Amino acid sequence: MITLFSLFLLVLLVITAVAVVQTRNLFAAVMLLSIFSLLLAANFLLLDAADVALTEAAIGAGISTVLFLGALSLTGEREAPRKGPRLLYLVAVIAATAVVIYATFDKPAFGDPQAPVQTHVAPWYLEKTPEYIDIPNVVTAILGAYRGYDTLGEVFVVFTAGIGVLFLLASGPGSGSKRRGSRLTEVGQVTGLRHYLVPRVVGRLLVPFIILFGLYVQFHGEYGPGGGFQAGAFVAAGIVLYSLLEGEKKALDIIPRKVLMGMVCGGALLYSAVGVLGMLMGGNFLDYSVLLDNPVAAQQVGIILIELGVGLTVTGVLLSIYHAFAARGRA
Amino acid sequence: MSALLDLFAYWAFAILLMVGFYAVIAKSNLIKKLMGLSLFQAAVFLLYISMGKVDGGTAPIFQAGVDNALFSNPLPQVLILTAIVVGISTTALGLGIVVRIKEEYGSIEEDEIQKIDQR
Repeated sequence: MITLFSLFLLVLLVITAVAVVQTRNLFAAVMLLSIFSLLLAANFLLLDAADVALTEAAIGAGISTVLFLGALSLTGEREAPRKGPRLLYLVAVIAATAVVIYATFDKPAFGDPQAPVQTHVAPWYLEKTPEYIDIPNVVTAILGAYRGYDTLGEVFVVFTAGIGVLFLLASGPGSGSKRRGSRLTEVGQVTGLRHYLVPRVVGRLLVPFIILFGLYVQFHGEYGPGGGFQAGAFVAAGIVLYSLLEGEKKALDIIPRKVLMGMVCGGALLYSAVGVLGMLMGGNFLDYSVLLDNPVAAQQVGIILIELGVGLTVTGVLLSIYHAFAARGRA
Repeated sequence: MSALLDLFAYWAFAILLMVGFYAVIAKSNLIKKLMGLSLFQAAVFLLYISMGKVDGGTAPIFQAGVDNALFSNPLPQVLILTAIVVGISTTALGLGIVVRIKEEYGSIEEDEIQKIDQR
């Protein structure tokens, strides 16, 4: 039964993806991409990846839709028909698909417990996590402790991307052609969506719960699915929704740009600081076990601290990017 | 039949990958290209998570009172979890560049931009 359901989901995924590429209306394409992300999240859940499903739902279906719409309102919604050798591209892509599908015949069967990927380091993580770190969620343990370096790197990639968007968009208005105002902000700026009954009633109810859920996911990440990345996306989504309802200015009154900048830098610094603190106390960089007398408790404290850093940076970056796009249309 | 079903997740990955790739090479609209890139990326996510799945397994979270549960592989999940967040950041950067291109060139169609460049 579950196999049938996952087959169904995969087929839907492929259909949605084709529709995204086919449609000339970019607004429709963004909405389809959002549906695609939601289907993908459902698929991840079936594949036992609860943490990943949570992230994909919050980021793919939530934040990324808002960012695409923000960009669309600045660039236009219609896609011009392409002149060119479409048939050639189609043949090339189909040939490449055939090659990749041919390669899948050599892969171990889906779900095979004896596949190389399952027998290498994964059993060690599953076996040793209760002993060394003693938190129920192995994904968080690997993310925060065993592969803390990776995660630090990812946080700095997010940080850099945020700074990059601010460099591109937060500077003065471009000297080029005349620009249309952003519809996202025109609506958001003057009145919000306050005049629209359904978004107002539903949105107002949802905002506090989304943010509360984000905080729950942040601080409960050791026990259930969740952690800083997901929490950051949820909190940012909640505040973006507030900003759409009440206007961008009100959202900026609550969390001004300076505070956002502080979150972006502060989170990354907090993460690095925990690593350096470990060095100062005689361990290796990002070795949490020396932070307290009890190494297992120290690991847990370290994970909570770095997850907090991740959450701060992700919230800050996503909100800064949103505000950068929204402010661009107004300039 | 069952062997075909086993490989279907990977075929879906191959098709999604190439649908995204088609959008990147065949579409001239820059936003559409970014969407194609997102699809391409999502296909890779699907491949990693599919490989981590173990038959009869469950999410790698220990539960009190449940011993000897069979868990799916947590490692690909960690990699993809962070990759999703990095993916949205890079997409946002790409969108920022597209917005600036629109401001400078007045178009986000690749062939029109090239025409303006050649003048």
